[in-house]
Amino acid sequence: MVLLSILSIPFIAAIILLFVKHNEKANYIAIASTGITLALALNIAFNGAANFDASWISSINARFVLTADGLAKILLLLTGISFPAIFIATSKNEIKNRAQFLSLMLFTQTGLLGVFLAGDALLFYFFWELALIPVYFLCSIWGGEKRIAVTFKFFIYTFLGSLFMLIGIILVYTHTADQSFAIQSFKEASLSGGQQLTAFALFFTAFAIKMPIFPLHTWQPDAYEQSPTAVTMVLSAVMVKMGLYGVMRWLMPLFPDAFAAHSNFVVILSVIGILYASFIAIRQDDMKRLIAYSSIAHIGLMSAALFANNEIGAQGVLIQLFSHGVNVLGLWIIADIIEQQTGTRSLKEMGGLAKQNPTLAILLVGFAFANIALPLTNAFIGEFLMFNSLFQFKPWIAAAAGVSVVLAAIYTLNMVQKCAYGELSEKMSKMQAPNMPAQFVLIVLLIVVIISGVYPAPLFDLTADTLQQLFIK
Amino acid sequence: MNAIIASALLGVLMMFASWIFDNEKTHTRIALVGLLALIVANVLQLNGIYTIPVDYKGLLAFTQFGLYVNTILFILTFLYVWLNGDEIAKIGNHAADFYALFFFILCGASILTSFNNLLMLFIGVEILSIPLYILTGADKKNLNSNEAALKYFLMGAFSTGIFLLGITFIYGATGTFQLIAPTVNPANGMVREQLMQSAGLILIFVSFNFKVSAAPFHFWTPDVYDGAPTVFTSFMATIVKATAIIAFVVLFHSQYKALGYAWELLLTFVLISTLFVGNITAVFQRSVKRMLAYSSIAQVGFMLFALYGPTNFANEGILLYIMAYSVASIGLFGVLIKMKDYSFEAFNGLAKKEPLIAAMTTIFLLSLAGIPLTGGFFAKYYMLNAAVQSGIGLWLVALAILFAAVSIYYYFKLIQAMYFVEGAPAMHEVEQGYKYKLLVFAILILALGILPNVFLSYLYF
Repeated sequence: MVLLSILSIPFIAAIILLFVKHNEKANYIAIASTGITLALALNIAFNGAANFDASWISSINARFVLTADGLAKILLLLTGISFPAIFIATSKNEIKNRAQFLSLMLFTQTGLLGVFLAGDALLFYFFWELALIPVYFLCSIWGGEKRIAVTFKFFIYTFLGSLFMLIGIILVYTHTADQSFAIQSFKEASLSGGQQLTAFALFFTAFAIKMPIFPLHTWQPDAYEQSPTAVTMVLSAVMVKMGLYGVMRWLMPLFPDAFAAHSNFVVILSVIGILYASFIAIRQDDMKRLIAYSSIAHIGLMSAALFANNEIGAQGVLIQLFSHGVNVLGLWIIADIIEQQTGTRSLKEMGGLAKQNPTLAILLVGFAFANIALPLTNAFIGEFLMFNSLFQFKPWIAAAAGVSVVLAAIYTLNMVQKCAYGELSEKMSKMQAPNMPAQFVLIVLLIVVIISGVYPAPLFDLTADTLQQLFIK
Repeated sequence: MNAIIASALLGVLMMFASWIFDNEKTHTRIALVGLLALIVANVLQLNGIYTIPVDYKGLLAFTQFGLYVNTILFILTFLYVWLNGDEIAKIGNHAADFYALFFFILCGASILTSFNNLLMLFIGVEILSIPLYILTGADKKNLNSNEAALKYFLMGAFSTGIFLLGITFIYGATGTFQLIAPTVNPANGMVREQLMQSAGLILIFVSFNFKVSAAPFHFWTPDVYDGAPTVFTSFMATIVKATAIIAFVVLFHSQYKALGYAWELLLTFVLISTLFVGNITAVFQRSVKRMLAYSSIAQVGFMLFALYGPTNFANEGILLYIMAYSVASIGLFGVLIKMKDYSFEAFNGLAKKEPLIAAMTTIFLLSLAGIPLTGGFFAKYYMLNAAVQSGIGLWLVALAILFAAVSIYYYFKLIQAMYFVEGAPAMHEVEQGYKYKLLVFAILILALGILPNVFLSYLYF
């Protein structure tokens, strides 16, 4: 029942918000509902929760099954933390029709939670699409100048990908012994080699577009740049994790042979993507685009480690799913504060943040360190494990991917330097009093970064069961 | 049997209603009551409680499936009349005349869901079609409407000819008009008869393609849908089309084996060209009404998947499909009727002016596009599953999916116009009550999208 309630709270809150006219009130309702969701997520993560299983469409044997294993729990935590953080941090931003905006955001949260909890393939697909629809409206209504075309590209891209996954689901479904959509039946489906390969390709397309893996990434930087910042935060902190989640939940267990056979190919694509995105990030002047490309590079590393198909890599990814979300969220919030108060995203026009708002500058440095994965930050643990796994996979690949660490240091530190230090620029001098709610969120997030960097054991414990399922047969 | 007799009687009754009552609102009310009576009569037979005893000499076969389809069609018609009553009254002199035609169409429809004999099939098709020609030309003073009616009538008559020729061939081959499973026995020197039977079936196939407007026999559709008064387009594109598709499926599920390999080839050809023509042409339309006409062709492409083989998925899927498609389309046409101008630009800024109507239009469009949470998703899902199960190539399914992605483009163009573009849409006055009626359609779509089970479980009682 806990699982059902964590799913229904944001949903109910979203519906209530449709009828709320007052912006302040809407804000409180949204923050309160995400607060409850966070509490439930913590409860599920550390106390566990029983599966929820109800009949849904009996004639085709689709059930409404929600399960929470380590993989789901870690993403529940991430979703649980992200939304209140985003809502509080952007509570001072000017947003037209805030109640509707928040309502759509909560629908997105429902979809995301559903994706992470679904234990039935059809239900999974259902939520997978559902998470996308509100984002389409969020970006198209509240986004930047080129929003309509960019969002449409993003939508068509991901929609087409998920339709391919739908064919994959149908293909596996028709070969299950008991004609059901349950994960277990899907694992035991009797597919021939060729069919397994087809199904693998169909599922992979959907996940690769969502992550995205080079060369299917072209929708992402534009979408990140044109979306309203609060939505960009959701997209890059939580939504891209849907792709990685899909790989771990469906691709690896369902098609182990096809997965192993294609690991080389995907790892190489991912590494190309990492380097490509890193080099582009170095050349960026726009802070939002820089963070976007940096995020592509980080996700690329995670997909490479995942497809290296060894235990240590998967462990690294499981930790990093959470850490990357928190780190990138911090960076976005800082970028948003600066943009809101100075009206610019161009690094050239920044400088002197440390003089104007020292606290924010310290926070920026903190998240920048996490972005480069320095020891003591949470990202260090994940990245260390992932590089380790790539080294086990093929040393030269680890070496190639390792270049990205240096590149990450270059673009991240460059950003910090241009933004925080140097002469106080004209635009930066417009910074007013610090945005207290946002800074509060940033401090909390930074504490999470450091705690999970120094003492990651709870995260390891949390994900142990998933690892066992994936690698110990 | 109940439905056939009741609908014919109600048709006659409606004809006299305009003689007795002057008020058009009263006509609508009588029609609604009549439809309720029709639903009740049909449900009585569906549940085996009471059937009017008629010896129909095996010409008809009342299956659970056919009777359930009747119920769906009648309920859809009821919803349609309930929503559009006032609009129907605006056309012509007496609304009751149109209601009489609706009842005759439903009479044809209930024959088409229960035929067991090719002659009954033919009679059903004709009873269904002739009132349609009149409805198309109902707007007498409008040249487009006249042209559409004439075009529809000529093309329809032509396809009827082909249909009859097909029946003749089959009669020549088998010596009976009854639907019997084809016997394949080349050893007895039956090859010539078999060829004749195949030729007959192909002719019937062609003529049915015409009726459901599948490419390459679709040319009449856009002009007729565009020319006919919008309320009647709504009826033709949904309830009538659904009936034709059901008859198509029922006929070929029992007969397709006679065609052997040719069957799959023919169907695949028609299916691909329908998806192609419908979707690609819809992309380039400037008028929403014409876009909907082409989109209805594209939707037929998906429905044709049900023809591949008689599986549970195909049967349940086609039911779900006609429900989801019809409810969404009636709703969309209901919005369209209220617009003064049918171009895409006319919808600019609708979300600001009429947020509720825009939201419901969005739900209807999402359903037609097949997005989860709406009925359209499960409709498409069942069709694709039926296709995979019947063992046709995955490439065809992938192709259909690509076209579904194309359809996103033109459906979302309307959403974009409503929500993301500023503008002042010119609309007729919309009463609050009308909005709530539309809301019922939207809720139905969502119900179909969340719990399709509820609507399908009736099949197995």
